[in-house]
Amino acid sequence: MDLNTVLDIRDASRHEPWRPGDAWLGGGTYLFSEPQPHLRRLIDLSRMGWEPVQILPDGSLEIAATCTIAQLSRFGRTLDAQAAPLIEQCCRAFLASFKIWNMATVGGNLCNGLPAGPMISLTAALDGECLLQAQDGAHRRVKVADFVTGAGRKDLAEGEMLRSVTIPARSLRCRTAFMQVSLYGLGRSAALVIGTLDPADGSFAVTITAATTRPFRLWFALPPDRAELRTAITTAVGDGDWFDDIHGLPEWRRHMAFHLAEQVRRELTLDGAR
Amino acid sequence: MSFHVQVNDQPFDAEPRAGQCLRTYLRERGWFGVKKGCDAGDCGACTVHVDGEPVHSCLYPAVRAEGRSVTTVEGLAAKDGELHPVQQKFLDAQGFQCGFCTAGFLMTTAALEAERGTAHDDGKLDDLPRAFKGNLCRCTGYRAIADAVRGVKHTERPCAGRAVGKSLGAPAGPQVVTGTARYTFDVDVPGLLHMKLLRSPHPHARILAIDTSAALRVPGVHAALTHEDAPATLYSSARHEHPTEDPDDTRVLDDVVRFVGQRVAAVVADSEQAAEEGCRRIEVTYEQLPYVTDPEEAMRSGAPVIHADKGPQQRIARVENNVAGEIHGEIGSVDDGFAEAAVVYEETFRTQRVQHASLETHGCVAYFEPKEDGSGERLTVRSSTQTPFLTRRALCALYDLAEDEVRVVAGRVGGGFGGKQEMLTEDIAVLAALRLRRPVKLEYTRAEQFYGATTRHPFTIRIKLGARADGTLTAIQMRVVSNTGAYGNHGPGVMFHSVGESFAVYRAPHKKVDAYAVYTNTVPSGAFRGYGLGQVTFAVESAMDEVARRLGMDPLAFREKNIIGPGDHMITPIGHDEDLYIASYGLDQCLSIVRDAIAQDRSTEEVPEGWLTGQGAAMAMIATAPPNGHYADATVTLLADGTYDLAVGTAEFGNGTTTVHKQITAGALHTTVDRIAVRQSDTDVVRHDTGAFGSAGTVVAGKAVMLAADALAGRLKTFAARYTGVPRHLCTLDAEAVDCAGRQVTLKELYEAAHVQGTQAELTADGYWGGSPRSVAFNAQWFRIAVDPQTGEMRILRSVHAADAGKVMNPLQCRGQVEGGVAQALGATLFETVRLDERGKVTTAAFRQYRLPQYADMPRTEVHFMKTSDSTGPLGAKSMSESPFNPVAPAFANALYDATGIRFTEMPVTRDRVWLAINQQKARRGDSSP
Repeated sequence: MDLNTVLDIRDASRHEPWRPGDAWLGGGTYLFSEPQPHLRRLIDLSRMGWEPVQILPDGSLEIAATCTIAQLSRFGRTLDAQAAPLIEQCCRAFLASFKIWNMATVGGNLCNGLPAGPMISLTAALDGECLLQAQDGAHRRVKVADFVTGAGRKDLAEGEMLRSVTIPARSLRCRTAFMQVSLYGLGRSAALVIGTLDPADGSFAVTITAATTRPFRLWFALPPDRAELRTAITTAVGDGDWFDDIHGLPEWRRHMAFHLAEQVRRELTLDGAR
Repeated sequence: MSFHVQVNDQPFDAEPRAGQCLRTYLRERGWFGVKKGCDAGDCGACTVHVDGEPVHSCLYPAVRAEGRSVTTVEGLAAKDGELHPVQQKFLDAQGFQCGFCTAGFLMTTAALEAERGTAHDDGKLDDLPRAFKGNLCRCTGYRAIADAVRGVKHTERPCAGRAVGKSLGAPAGPQVVTGTARYTFDVDVPGLLHMKLLRSPHPHARILAIDTSAALRVPGVHAALTHEDAPATLYSSARHEHPTEDPDDTRVLDDVVRFVGQRVAAVVADSEQAAEEGCRRIEVTYEQLPYVTDPEEAMRSGAPVIHADKGPQQRIARVENNVAGEIHGEIGSVDDGFAEAAVVYEETFRTQRVQHASLETHGCVAYFEPKEDGSGERLTVRSSTQTPFLTRRALCALYDLAEDEVRVVAGRVGGGFGGKQEMLTEDIAVLAALRLRRPVKLEYTRAEQFYGATTRHPFTIRIKLGARADGTLTAIQMRVVSNTGAYGNHGPGVMFHSVGESFAVYRAPHKKVDAYAVYTNTVPSGAFRGYGLGQVTFAVESAMDEVARRLGMDPLAFREKNIIGPGDHMITPIGHDEDLYIASYGLDQCLSIVRDAIAQDRSTEEVPEGWLTGQGAAMAMIATAPPNGHYADATVTLLADGTYDLAVGTAEFGNGTTTVHKQITAGALHTTVDRIAVRQSDTDVVRHDTGAFGSAGTVVAGKAVMLAADALAGRLKTFAARYTGVPRHLCTLDAEAVDCAGRQVTLKELYEAAHVQGTQAELTADGYWGGSPRSVAFNAQWFRIAVDPQTGEMRILRSVHAADAGKVMNPLQCRGQVEGGVAQALGATLFETVRLDERGKVTTAAFRQYRLPQYADMPRTEVHFMKTSDSTGPLGAKSMSESPFNPVAPAFANALYDATGIRFTEMPVTRDRVWLAINQQKARRGDSSP
């Protein structure tokens, strides 16, 4: 929709000072989907010229904040890595259609910080790290699982910009398992659970998103058994961390998170035994 | 900075506004094929291609189109006009109804076809649920769209005089698929001003002061209207033939607001931006008043009184108890009936608030045009309405205008479902237009549809059913409470209708009803497909299923034992309508269809391990037209070129009445539909039409059309006989000519002869129908479903619908009406809910919060038509647009009971609630929890 209070659109590559009423414009698919009467200027990231997605020399995967979902999906389908299928699975977990993928960006999904944000699920599960750039040019790095701090809340200062997310090389070598439920057919995720099994050391991680207000990534030196997994989730996720909104009752989401986590565990540990 | 964009190979260089989306940029340049459905990226109606890639143009920053090439639906066909294959396929399969979403489906499908075989092809065309995640259709239920994409051809082109009963395509089809059909807002009106509404943040408040001075200082603002500018007249936004059917409780702008979202002021400006800014600058001082959002609480003494300043003269039943309308009645003695019963079942059922969600929002454009007689100007209101004539009547009453001073016209309407049997925008747009003598447009946003329009009435139904051990019903008792919201539009009518056919469809000697339509400080409810029957049918059909099971009877056999028969009177606790009777009977056939489906069903063979399965049915009866008169005029005229002009008042919003009217006319005049041009939904074209509601398009307007066409056929033969001297019984009318005992008198010749003789009146005929007597239509729905007890996920294994529509005028369209009704009802069964917070504020004001059925949610429904012919309807036809909705929710709930042993008494049955109920049941039984 038209954002009628927006009076100017600036090119982010000019690095002009941030003002109250400014907002980064990534793909625009969130910004233009709701009234934004507090906004006066859009700072357009589309001309930054960042390489959308690339394998770095150390084998890690760098995804620019401006990488579109369509670009990531296409990249994922050609990527030769054990974890590659997870990319497409997470893209398809979007409520949004493939047409939105042509505009929506990975960075935008992270910065919205919604529990059902599938790029958060993907990058948190693969132990990704955000590269953030402050207005003064200073950089800092924060794990995706820590970047999103609550439903719609994130560790991002006013005017601070998400530059990229980096997935470590060893994560790309993990076997992965993906489970998702929604109240609806192909709908918004109500619980999305990803498991990773690291072939290098046999460690196991399960990442719960959508059912919780923020991502919970639980790491195990060795795959847990059913009871250990339940205990770990119960310990980590407090009663108030289960997300309560119109897309699913919190008790159902909680149940589904446990249920899907167990399915993920079984899938990655052969017959469910250690 | 210069800006260039190619749109459909035409260059444009107008600079977009900084915050403008591509959708409005394109529409401002006249590309009206690009539609606003949601304006939030959810519905896909605005899909265009940018450099070949499909995008939702409502989310696409217009500035980013710089240097790019944009294709809209208008650019899809070849330069020479040859349709794109996708357009042709949507025509052949009739993959649309109202057509408002169609451009989005076409552009999406065309992009997928172009992608096929490329490096990016990931198989979406083979996976339509995924392909159409970003496209919503509210009308079809998606089967027709699937057929279109797959290239299934359904349309027929019958020869002259053979149109009735054939599957003709909609006359507007070619316009719909090329983006050239003109909907309400698809017009360019010079000098147009835009209106935006300031809405109440409070559920109940008195406006002590409004300061508009800052708003008026905003550049471009022309007026800021408040209650001080509005007439004191009280009226109802509901449109009925008789305005006395609804309480007069509404003002154009009131000094008391009664729900969060009620309009407080209107700002009119050169642009929507300026009007919005003006609204933000209005300062309102409110005195907040106590409020009540629950109808039971609202009826208790001491509750806040919502319309304290009104009374019986406004036709409000009991102002002090917030009762807008009520009915009480008993035949026999239900106490005696329950005493005789072996099984008595009593339960409370609840239905939620549902939005119509027509993809075209409410709105209108009010402007002035010269009168045809040259005596100055008159007001024309182009509106997204189901009731042009009734809206004109209301506007004339409100502003004291003569009927010839006002014309109301509907373009093609982008979906209605009852929501547009209401005057929600015309009143205030006209206030501004009259004040400013300038054209004014008010177009609702999608969010306003949720908090500023109407919803389906939420109902609470306490039902008590008694039956003897042999399965004979002894008594039916219901206490029904409907929440009409802050205003009583359709409140009494929906309540009344809800306990009509739902009671009458079962024979029981003792029946009792107490029903209330209750005011609360919430968004008003209004007319919605089924008009109350669906809500009560959920209770009745669930209770029938339950009683049958308690008796150890087959629920179908139990129904068959107690249903109304072909010779029976329709008896409710409050008597029966004089003009309503069973002029054709197909209920027994409907139940046979269900019985056969159950017997032949093999769908459980595909159920995953561990899932539960169940099957359930429900049925419903509905009157074929509204009570108290529903009037239609039609005129058919022979034109100079030997074709016909058909004028009819009713509106077309995808219901297909235009097709049916043409078919009826073609049949009567022994011609083909391409020789008939229709003028419709315009107060200029005929004397009167009550409107396109109550499923009256075929039964009432269609009958008027038939009478007009039959009369004209007779006149043409008479005139031809006189003209040739051949006896009239030897004259037969054909598509091109009248055959007068072998002599061919062409219709053109006949036309010229009449003009020479000055007897043009011989070439035109009127038809009129008053909507009475009325018959009833029947529907039955059957589901087999599977439920995963671990997750609550439900799958519909089979969906079978039996519809008694009398003689089916157009099987393809009628099937579409049934499928669409089932789909809309499934949405209301499975997830749709307009949620309110404790102050009554709508919290689900977007499609992202209010789930509409998507392609992925919908099963294919097998539709069966019964072999009946109605003695009151035109050519044996009955109504079939609202009624398919009504049996769906209880059929599903009964199947869910069969699968889980749990009686779900509240709609919707979402996966989380189903899982929760199964889990609680397990806990009660002491099962080990997973």
